[in-house]
Amino acid sequence: MSSKHKQQIGWLILVILGLFAASSSVFGEELSEQIMETEEAASSWFLRARWSPYIAGIGIGFLSWLTFLLSNHPLGCSTAYARTSGMIEQSFKGKETTQKPYYREFAPKIDWEWMLVVGVVIGAFMATFSSGDFSWTLIPSRWSMAFGDAAIPRIIAALFGGVLIGFGSRWTQGCTSGHGISGTLQLAVSSWLAVVCFFIGGIITAMIIFKVLA
Amino acid sequence: MFNQLHNKRSLQLVMGLLMGIIFGFLLQKGGATSYDVIIGQLLLYDWTVFKIMMSAVLVGMVGIYFMHQRNMIELHIKSGSIGSTLIGGLVFGTGFAILGYCPGTLAGACGDGALDAILGGIPGIIIGSGIFATLYPGIKKHFFPKGEFGKKTFPELFGINPWLIIVPLCIVMLVIFLILETNGL
Repeated sequence: MSSKHKQQIGWLILVILGLFAASSSVFGEELSEQIMETEEAASSWFLRARWSPYIAGIGIGFLSWLTFLLSNHPLGCSTAYARTSGMIEQSFKGKETTQKPYYREFAPKIDWEWMLVVGVVIGAFMATFSSGDFSWTLIPSRWSMAFGDAAIPRIIAALFGGVLIGFGSRWTQGCTSGHGISGTLQLAVSSWLAVVCFFIGGIITAMIIFKVLA
Repeated sequence: MFNQLHNKRSLQLVMGLLMGIIFGFLLQKGGATSYDVIIGQLLLYDWTVFKIMMSAVLVGMVGIYFMHQRNMIELHIKSGSIGSTLIGGLVFGTGFAILGYCPGTLAGACGDGALDAILGGIPGIIIGSGIFATLYPGIKKHFFPKGEFGKKTFPELFGINPWLIIVPLCIVMLVIFLILETNGL
């Protein structure tokens, strides 16, 4: 990296940190309280169960710089599931799978994004375990408020929702990470349309499930 | 830039894992791996998911365009069409509300100990992807070309300097954040 680039990146980081420091005073007590506590006791803040969503989002924004710069790859998750599906099918059917047009374009093998998704599982576990909040849960509380504690209906809904997500993310060629964060931050036309559709579809369906059916 | 690094396959797999760990950590700490938080967003009473996504987009956008204009990075724009992006997006959204996780937060929810994600969501998304892979040739032929707009960005579409979109978008988002916070959302 040339020294000119380094200097420019340094300035950019300074400007952004300044912007958020300035905006934190506007965004209410929660954020400024957290920043103050960071100075006082960084470790106890780090281990808190929840961070401000703005802090988490800013962190993901910085992370996206690194993925483009160091790995030439945007953050994205859904293709990894399609590759997994291909790998499972391949273990039963062998060559027939790899000759399918879809898997010729998206080979059923472990790649950067697949490792990213494995990392997400580990990272989320580290976050919840380090704050002492890890527990196995079967029925989320918002679901049980509406539909009770029976396991089978929730598993079936999760399975069915998963099928639609898998199918839909391949159809629209991305998910809430690939389109919703990485695509929108590149100002891609396809990604802004996709994320609007995700939320229109999601909001209407959630309203039907929780306001009409429940 | 860093082309040699990009071509080191094994090292890239390790970096993918490390970046995933950071991503999962941040998603969990922000609250986005929780079913209740995601459903709260879709029912419009908990704006956590919106705040995480949009602050990531703001920070990401500024850095990515800054680096892109200095030829330090390449953009990765996905192609789109009405037949692909719009229809697929609505199917995805429907599944999003029924499952209560998206592909990334589903992986995070597994690390969080959510058994509905592990027992229902993961098998479901793998099955759904497999069904799509089987139907792909037909869908690609009949739906993908409908209303195609290609791999375009908004600055390219309007033929303007990207910062003329980035700066106003940042201001609009900061105002929306301010409105959400002052209304206790």
